[in-house]
Amino acid sequence: MKINLSINGKSYSQDVEPRLLLIHFLREVAGLTGTHMGCETSLCGACTVELNGKAIKSCTMFAVQANGAEIVTVEGLANNGKLDPVQEAFWNEHGLQCGFCTPGMIMASKQILDRNPSPTEEEVRHGLEGNVCRCTGYQHIVNAVKAAAAGAGK
Amino acid sequence: MIAQKFEYTAPKSLDEALHLLASGAKPLAGGMSLIPMMKLRLAAPEHLVDLRTIKDLNYIREAGGQLHIGATASHYEIESSALLRQKCPLLTETAAAIGDVQVRNMGTIGGSVAHADPAADYPAALQALEAKFVLNGAKSERTVSAADFFVDAFTTTLEPGEILREVIVPIDDARTGTSYQKMVQPASGFAIVGVAVRVRQNARKVSFARIGVTGLSNHAYRATAAEKALEGKTPSANDIQNAAALVAQGVDANSDLHASADYRKHLAAVHAARAIKSAISRIT
Amino acid sequence: MATTTTKTETFVGKRIRRREDPRLITGTATYVEDIQMPGMHYAVILRSPHAAARIRSIDTKKAVSAPGVVCVFTGKDTKGVGAVPCGVAMPDLRVPQHTILATERVYFVGHPVAVVVARDRYLARDAADLIEVDYEVLPAVADPEKALAKGAPAVHPQWPDNVAFTYHQDGGNIDKAFAEADVVVKQRIVSQRLVPMAMETRGVVAEWRGADRQLNLYTSTQIPHLVRTIVAAMLGLEENRMRVIAPEVGGGFGSKLNVYAEEALMGYVSMKIQKPVKWIESRRENFTCTIHGRGHVDYYEVAAKRDGTILGIKLKLIQDVGAYHQLLTPLIPQLSVLMMPGLYNTQNIRGDIIGVFTNCVPTDAYRGAGRPEATHGIERMVDILAAELKMDPAEIRLKNFVTKDKFPYPTATGLMYDSGDYATPLKKALDLVGYVKLRQEQADLRKQGKYMGIGISTYGEICAIGPSPATPAGGWESATVKIEPSGKVTILTGACPHGQGEETTFAQIAADELGVGLDDILVIRGDTAVVQYGIGTFGSRATAVGGTALYYALQDLKAKIKKFGEMLLESDDVSLMIGQVIDNKSGKAKTFQEIAGAAYRALKLPPNTEPGLLATRFWEPPNFTFPFGAHIVVTDIDDETGQIKIRRYVAVDDCGNILNPLIVDGQVHGGVAQGLGQALWEQAVYDDNGQLVTGELTDYAVPRAQMMPWIESHHTCTPSPINPLGVKGVGEAGTIGCSPAVVNSVVDALSPLGVRHLDMPLTPEKIWKVVAKKN
Repeated sequence: MKINLSINGKSYSQDVEPRLLLIHFLREVAGLTGTHMGCETSLCGACTVELNGKAIKSCTMFAVQANGAEIVTVEGLANNGKLDPVQEAFWNEHGLQCGFCTPGMIMASKQILDRNPSPTEEEVRHGLEGNVCRCTGYQHIVNAVKAAAAGAGK
Repeated sequence: MIAQKFEYTAPKSLDEALHLLASGAKPLAGGMSLIPMMKLRLAAPEHLVDLRTIKDLNYIREAGGQLHIGATASHYEIESSALLRQKCPLLTETAAAIGDVQVRNMGTIGGSVAHADPAADYPAALQALEAKFVLNGAKSERTVSAADFFVDAFTTTLEPGEILREVIVPIDDARTGTSYQKMVQPASGFAIVGVAVRVRQNARKVSFARIGVTGLSNHAYRATAAEKALEGKTPSANDIQNAAALVAQGVDANSDLHASADYRKHLAAVHAARAIKSAISRIT
Repeated sequence: MATTTTKTETFVGKRIRRREDPRLITGTATYVEDIQMPGMHYAVILRSPHAAARIRSIDTKKAVSAPGVVCVFTGKDTKGVGAVPCGVAMPDLRVPQHTILATERVYFVGHPVAVVVARDRYLARDAADLIEVDYEVLPAVADPEKALAKGAPAVHPQWPDNVAFTYHQDGGNIDKAFAEADVVVKQRIVSQRLVPMAMETRGVVAEWRGADRQLNLYTSTQIPHLVRTIVAAMLGLEENRMRVIAPEVGGGFGSKLNVYAEEALMGYVSMKIQKPVKWIESRRENFTCTIHGRGHVDYYEVAAKRDGTILGIKLKLIQDVGAYHQLLTPLIPQLSVLMMPGLYNTQNIRGDIIGVFTNCVPTDAYRGAGRPEATHGIERMVDILAAELKMDPAEIRLKNFVTKDKFPYPTATGLMYDSGDYATPLKKALDLVGYVKLRQEQADLRKQGKYMGIGISTYGEICAIGPSPATPAGGWESATVKIEPSGKVTILTGACPHGQGEETTFAQIAADELGVGLDDILVIRGDTAVVQYGIGTFGSRATAVGGTALYYALQDLKAKIKKFGEMLLESDDVSLMIGQVIDNKSGKAKTFQEIAGAAYRALKLPPNTEPGLLATRFWEPPNFTFPFGAHIVVTDIDDETGQIKIRRYVAVDDCGNILNPLIVDGQVHGGVAQGLGQALWEQAVYDDNGQLVTGELTDYAVPRAQMMPWIESHHTCTPSPINPLGVKGVGEAGTIGCSPAVVNSVVDALSPLGVRHLDMPLTPEKIWKVVAKKN
């Protein structure tokens, strides 16, 4: 089945098998390997991308369902080499260790801030419910999201 | 983590979808339950019809003194709907308690309700709301109450080829207070038990109580004995405890790794009491 | 004298953001799954659905002829490949033959039975369903104590008692200690099986280059060099014909401190099909087939005097081995026995281990590896003893600590604690948490029938693993430092960090030693073709052992730089600073670039000096290091639901000198999360048939952001005398300190109900049952 979609502002038109998962389209067709597969039950969030402005888990969506959609992945955040404030904040606050969950964490964090520019600690934690990190204990991630919010408010 | 092969159709209209479903295809909405099952090869539909591509299935609107919610309205759309927040806050509160942000962005009310997971959140609220579901087949349309819709675990009155097209819930006035209280299963985010309460008071007397319970039994149900115990009373703390104790009475409770039947029953009573108190406190 | 000195910016000890992060936050890092090669094939492994069965037959015909499939291999094909080895030698160790694919029998759910290789991973997955295996299902046993009972099914028929090994250690005079005791407390304590659950599952890409007789193996591992040595041997390949690369590794926590069947299997497949092949573990496979941690049933006895002085400790430890020994399986419980005394001054111990085969995936190292279990045991026992004697849990600890004048301190288990000051972090933590006031509040709350608990854990650990005689594969670490002809610095480390941040901390060490900027330094790890042999990253060792190797290599290099500087400056009195060598008399200087240029151009050389600027050191540590600390947890219990709310989490950790506080805090937080996971939520549950009930994230609860408390992380600093950096290691501290503090807190909260002990995880139902009994 032929699908058309935009990823990080670039158009893709591709014949795909209906069962091809969106994450495999991103990683193998578009070559964007920043989005990671961490589980198969839609519970870890490592595969989070933005689809028409909403954070979704790309391992729990078939590419055909994204026909016509605009997708942003972690690779699409930095602009001309300038990091997105959330990326910068994850770096400054040591919001990552092994880095595997990080792209999904950053995309989920962006969704939090899109909907609530100055979240409380509890709101940040609640907003990250769909993302597992096994390294950081989340504290530095919470700090990063709060720092990104504070930076954006300046 | 790879599904078996299937055919996929993105219909333009409901009629087209119903026509395909009549010939054996299965509906796909947000896919939050179905797709993981397909990836684990616990489900292998041969043909999926994507309901999300049908524009006129996604709406939240008020008409004829009731609220109408299209099947593909997402949990997030419900959670963030100003209309629902004002006129049916129980549904927004329940939607916000489902899964996580990404699941709420993608998952739909129609998909969740039709899937009828015994631990899903919506069915408790929909029971308490005495919601009606409009079910459509290729040549049929019927309306079923929530009380009649849920039959068993993962089993509803939906006939093959039918879809749940719309959810209808009543508008609650300011004398009605509602609350959804849930004990979360920490791994999956589903409810170990969830209790939705809707109470109306007249001069501090409970004139009307509706209590929906999920997670406890093979399907969500209304705890009518508990409702009756509240109605007509200006409930004291003791009355609330006594009413809450009735929600699990006579129920053949689920038991699994996460909670034994006894504990689930106990939790149902605890959360019922909390939900009743919270609902009453919200009456303006 | 010198006149040109300016103060160099130093880096060690500062909160410096990590140098590895740009690639990770932009999604451009390369994990195993991200590797693509022309002609890549994909493997899917068919695994046993049964915990114990005899394989009557395997029919692969349909799978072989399925679309896209190139071949299918079974245990018959791979008989020539060596067995997955156990790296531990013990006198009475029973080692079952661990073939890379099952041959006659399967021993646990997930046991690999066949591998399908196809041009496309989706097609490989489809074909796996077409393999027909005829199993004769056999009785299984999944519980180690049941496995020891008479008449239990034999996991391996040749050993009907299911005993995999035994181990005994005596220190001092335990019988005398118990004879003289005023009081003896006993408790059975379970440290449940856990799933390490690194976010990146395991994965392998094998690329056989037939014409070169070269096997390149990309694998998500903590120990690339050991994988090379062992897998090359399994495949009958000369070790120098094999290159192992650990690309970006998405977390390990011990689960990738191993050599797995799949690593050799993919090498075998690639050599057979003469093409590159990729295998990526699914999360379900990760749950069922990657090693689990813990799996102890411990029977403790502690003898004490009425004043609380601990006289002796006995431990009978039943270790759930699983169906096989993986690399270090039998070693892990020995670490528990070594750590039995904890921080306490007792010279009498007796430890007995029985390793037990079960029809489960093997256990092995998981964050802390034997030390969280031991700490949990002794810290629970000390609280039980305090309760028995009606003493305050802080007081009994202060009474029994090895005092700071006693270091180095020889333990009854044969260790030599390097340095310590155990009272200071405890007093600091008590102060930070407001202990006295909290005890008053607790008394008030108890009058109101409310349950609030204060739990203390004072832990010690064995880190910087370790001296070679104490480790199965060498306990040293290596480092090479080169100054390139351009003057830039390259470090090759045998450690293999996978999140711990040594690309940053090692650069900090080198930058300070050489007086250069962090941007002048590159740290390379994880490639056996580039890096000299190394051991790897585990056991809180990378900085303490690998960093020390680096430190000594830097000293060698500095000496050589000075020699070239003396030659070029024609001086015998030079200093090395700010990336240059300065003549202390004239103030003239030569930059590293100039010195490197001269060293590589080699037109003239200093006396007895070779060209080039490179130094390599293999550093053998003379001892372990012994970090310690105190964690205090305050909990409030919802007596209606049994839910535990953590009100405060105060951690005071002493890991010696701190190179980068930002990274150390991150290690503590992450460690605590895993400790808290064990204390409250996580458990790998097998049913009686050996099916893993918690086989997915839907049923195995790992900590999420909203489940974690705010961790108040503090430190004291007692440098280690073992290494010149004075560091001890901090990767496992949080995990080790956490679980007993949580359980002690909850038991303290419920002590008015007569509760003395609760086993983990402390699920709400478990707590409710205790509270409900009283109501």
